[in-house]
Amino acid sequence: MLVAAALLLASCSGSGPQTSLNPKGPMSRDIDNLWQLVFIIAAIVFTVVQVGLLYSLWRYRARKGDDREPVQLHGNTRLEILWTIIPVVILASIGVPIIKGIFEIHEIPVGPDVVQVKVTGHQWWWEFAYPDLTSDDGRSLVTANELHIPAGRKVNLTMTSADVIHSFWVPSLAGKRDLVPGRISHLTLEADDPTPPGEPLPGQCAEFCGLSHADMRFKVFVETDAGFQAWADQQLTPGTVPTGDPAAAGWEVFSTTCTACHRATMLQDGTVSVVGVERHVDVRGETFVSSLAPDLTHFGSRTTFAGSVFDNTPEHVATWLADPSAVKPMNPDRNDLTTGRVLGMPNFGLDQAQIEGLTAMLEGWQ
Amino acid sequence: MTMTAERELLPRTGPNGIWSWITTVDHKRIGIMYAVTAFAALFIAGLEALLIRVQLIGPNQEFLSADAYNQLFTMHGLTMVFGVVMPIGAAFTNYLLPIMIGARDVAFPRLNAFSYWLFAFSIVLMMSSFVLGGAPDGGWFGYAPLSTELREVVRMDFFSVGAQLLGVASIAASINFIATIFTMRAPGMTMLRMPVFVWMALVVAFLLVFSLPIFGVGLFQLFFDRNLGAHFFSSGGDPLLWQHMFWLFGHPEVYVLILPAMGIVSEILPTFSRKPLFGYPFVVFSGIAIGFMGFGVWVHHMYTAGLGPLAEAGFGVSTLMIAVPTGVKIFNWIGTIWGGRVRFEVPMLFAIGFIAMFVIGGLSGVTHSVVPADTQQHDTYYVVGHFHYVLFGGAIFGFVAGAYYWFPKWTGRMLNRTLGLWHFWLMLIGFNLTFAPMHILGLNGMPRRTYTYPEGLGWGFWNAIASIGAFIIGLSFLIFLYNVVRSARRGAIAGPDPWDGRTLEWSIPSPPPPHNFDEIPHVTSLDDYWHQKYTTDEEGRAVRIAEREDPAPAAEHHDIHLPAPSFYPIVAAAGLVTMGYGFVYLPAGLVAAWIGALITISGLFGWSLEPIDGEAAT
Repeated sequence: MLVAAALLLASCSGSGPQTSLNPKGPMSRDIDNLWQLVFIIAAIVFTVVQVGLLYSLWRYRARKGDDREPVQLHGNTRLEILWTIIPVVILASIGVPIIKGIFEIHEIPVGPDVVQVKVTGHQWWWEFAYPDLTSDDGRSLVTANELHIPAGRKVNLTMTSADVIHSFWVPSLAGKRDLVPGRISHLTLEADDPTPPGEPLPGQCAEFCGLSHADMRFKVFVETDAGFQAWADQQLTPGTVPTGDPAAAGWEVFSTTCTACHRATMLQDGTVSVVGVERHVDVRGETFVSSLAPDLTHFGSRTTFAGSVFDNTPEHVATWLADPSAVKPMNPDRNDLTTGRVLGMPNFGLDQAQIEGLTAMLEGWQ
Repeated sequence: MTMTAERELLPRTGPNGIWSWITTVDHKRIGIMYAVTAFAALFIAGLEALLIRVQLIGPNQEFLSADAYNQLFTMHGLTMVFGVVMPIGAAFTNYLLPIMIGARDVAFPRLNAFSYWLFAFSIVLMMSSFVLGGAPDGGWFGYAPLSTELREVVRMDFFSVGAQLLGVASIAASINFIATIFTMRAPGMTMLRMPVFVWMALVVAFLLVFSLPIFGVGLFQLFFDRNLGAHFFSSGGDPLLWQHMFWLFGHPEVYVLILPAMGIVSEILPTFSRKPLFGYPFVVFSGIAIGFMGFGVWVHHMYTAGLGPLAEAGFGVSTLMIAVPTGVKIFNWIGTIWGGRVRFEVPMLFAIGFIAMFVIGGLSGVTHSVVPADTQQHDTYYVVGHFHYVLFGGAIFGFVAGAYYWFPKWTGRMLNRTLGLWHFWLMLIGFNLTFAPMHILGLNGMPRRTYTYPEGLGWGFWNAIASIGAFIIGLSFLIFLYNVVRSARRGAIAGPDPWDGRTLEWSIPSPPPPHNFDEIPHVTSLDDYWHQKYTTDEEGRAVRIAEREDPAPAAEHHDIHLPAPSFYPIVAAAGLVTMGYGFVYLPAGLVAAWIGALITISGLFGWSLEPIDGEAAT
C-alpha cells in the first residue's frame, strides 16, 4: 500500500527531460490536463474497488468457531443495472473531452506564421527539410537529427518514411505520430519558451524500426524569433571546400567516397551545388527530400550526431569514422544503393590520416 | 501409509508408457500434455524476460547486443502469447470442459490430439529458429514493412509459418470445444446451468474461430510479400493493411487470453466463499458482450498511425465502452465474497490477487482509450505495464489459482500449502515491483522495444527496481515448480472433493478414471453437485444433506466405449510442421514441403479410414 502510494506520488511530478508530465507547449499541455482528469477518476475507482474487495474479505472471513453457512444469495438485479449504468455515464462523459481533443490534434495549422517542416524518417536517423526557408538562389534548408523551431509559433510537421514505419515523439511538446512509407502524416508542435543553451528537448523514434530503433533519437532546439532566423540564415550558407591540412585530406575522402550516400551544399568555383546524393520521393502528391544519408553541410554546428546518439566531439567523430557499426548497431552489409536500401554506414577502412582529416573538416563545417 | 499403498488409493488413469501418451485421445491426458508443454515454454519465455531485464538494469549496458535483444523480446512475446497463455487455457479447457458438463470426452478426440501435437511441434519450429540463423526479430506483432524486408534472412518466415500453424491448431481445438459444448452436455444441463468456466471457453472458441482466419490471411500475405514478390504491405503496398489484419485478430486475442482465467476465478470464488457466484447470468452475458465488443475496438492499437479523427473518435468510444462488461464481472465477484464465509486457501489467494491486479490493468487500459493521452502512452513502457498487469496479474494469476485448485483433481494429491503461500507472496511482490514502475517509465518518455537507453533521462532507478522484481518472480516460479514436482509424488491424498466444490468435476474420483463418470449424471440445476450435498434452510443458508459416501473407486465397466487411441493425429501434425520447415526455407525447402505434404496426407488418410469403435473401457 505504501509502495503504491509512493509510486503514485512520484509519478505525478514526472522526471527527466523526456517526460510527458512536464509539458512545454500547448499541445502537450492539453493532453496532460486531460490525463490528469482521467487519472483522478481512475484513482477514485481504484480506491473504491480495492477497498471494497479488501473490506469484504476482512468482514466475511471465516472465523474460528463460526460454523454458520452463508445465505446462498444469487444476485440482485437492481445492483446489476446500477453498476452497469453508472460506469456508462462516467465513461460517456469522459468521451466528450476525448473527442474534442482528437479533433484538435488533427487540425493542421495554416497561415504565414506557421513553420513548415517536412520530416522523412530513415533507419536510423531523422531528415528535416524546411520548404519555406530558402536561400536567394532557391535552395531550401535540409538538416538532420536536430530540429530548430521558434518559440510561440505553430510548427506543422508533414511526415513520411523512406523505409519502415517510424514514429516522431518529443513528449514535452506533443503526442507521437507515425511515419508510414507511402503515406503522409501530420503533427503540430508549439513550444512556449526558448530552450536554455545546451538543453534542447529530447525525442526519439517510438515505433520499432529494427536494429537501432533505440538509437534513433533527435533534439528540438526552441529559439527566439531572431535566433531562429539567424540559425536558418547560417544553415542556408553553402559550405566551402577546405584547403589547409588536415581538412583538405578529409575533403579528398569525402568527395570521392562519402558522397555515394551523404550530401553537402558547397560553393565551388563560384557556383553553389549539392555534392553527393540529392534524392526526392513523391508521396501522394507531396515531395519529400529522401536522402541516403544525412546532409553534412553544417555538421559542425550540431551538438550530436548519428541519430543524436553521440555528443559531437572530435573524439566521438573519429571513433565513429573508424568503425561505425562498432558503436551503433547497423547492418551496412545489406545496403543496396540502387534500390535505396541503407541499413547503416559501412566501415570504409579509413586510415588515421583520413580520419583526422575528415574529423577536422566536418567539425569545421559550422 | 507407504507410497505403494497410497498409490493404490489413486484410481488408474490409463495405460503407462510413452506410446500410450503419443497415441492418446483422452482429453485429460491431452490437457496434461498441453500444461506440461506450456509450463516448459513459460520457463523459456521467462528466461528470455530475465535476460531482457539484465540488459535494461542500467543505462548503456552491453550484456546483450541489439540483435540478440530484438530476437529475445520478439520471442518472449510470441512464446508467452502462443506458447504459454493460450495453451494453458487449452489445458484447463481440455481437462475440465468434459467433466464439468458430465461428458466422457470431447466431440472429436483425435482432432483434439492433433491440435496438441501441431501446437507442440509448431512451438518447437519457432524456437528452433534460435539455432538456425536467428529467431524472428520484428516484434511479435511483426509490423510491415520491417517484417517484409531483409528477405535474405529467414527469421520472419519462422514467424509467418509458425504462427500460421499455431492458428490451425487453435481453430481445430475451438471447433472441437464448440461442438462438445453444444452437443455433449449431460441430460438436464441447459446452457444456463453450465459452469461459468465452460461459458468462457465457448466465447473464447468463437473468438478464435472468427479472428484467427483473418490473421491467417494476413500471414499468407506476409509470406507472399517475403517469398513470392507480392506487394500487399511493401514497396507500394499499404503497411497499415498489415496492422488491420493483425489487430483484427490481435484484439479479440487478448480476450481469448483473459476469459479462461476469468472463468477460473468465477469457479474459485464461490467455493471459498461458500455461496453461489453473484449474478451468474450477468457474468455470463458480460463475457458474451466482451466477445462481441472485442471485435469492435481493434483500431485502439493504431491511434498514432494516422487514420484520422473520425476513426480514432469512433474506436475511442467503443474502447471506453468495453470497460463496462469487465466492470460488471468485477462487481459480481466482490458480490460473491460479500456475505460469505471466506477461507483463504491458496487458490483463493491467487484469485483475489487476480481481481486486485486486473483492476489496475483494466484501469490503465481505460486511460489508453483516452485517445489524446494515448498519443503519449502508445509504444512506451506504460503499455508494457498495462498489458502485463492484465496478462500476468490477470491471466497468469488466474491460471495459477486454477492450478492449485484443480491439481488435486488431476493428480489425486494436494499441493503443499506452505510452499503455496511463499509462491503467492513472492509472486505478488515481485510482479508489482517489476511492472508498476513501468507506468512511470512510460510517462517519463521511455519507449518500448529499445535494447538500451542513455543516461540523463532519469530512467535508471525504476528500471533497476523492475529488474530486481523480475528475479523475485523467477524465484517464486521455481518454488512453484518444486511444489508441483514434489506434490505430484508425495502430496497429501486429496480425495474426490477436497475443497467442498460446487461443480460436477468434484463428484468423480481424483484423478478421474478414463471414462470420467461411471454413470452420466442427470443435472437439475446450476451448481448441481453442490445441490446434491446441500439444501437451504428458511434463511437461505446452506444445510448439509445426509452424509454422502465418497464415490467408490471405478468399478469394472464393460458397456462404456471410449474412443480408441490413434497414431494418425501426431503423424498429420508432424507432416504439417515438416511442410512448415519447407516453406521457411523456400525455394530450396520445396523438397521438404512435398515430403511434409505426403506425410500429412497419409496421416489424414489413415485417420479417416481407421475404425471408429475402440476397445471397451477396462
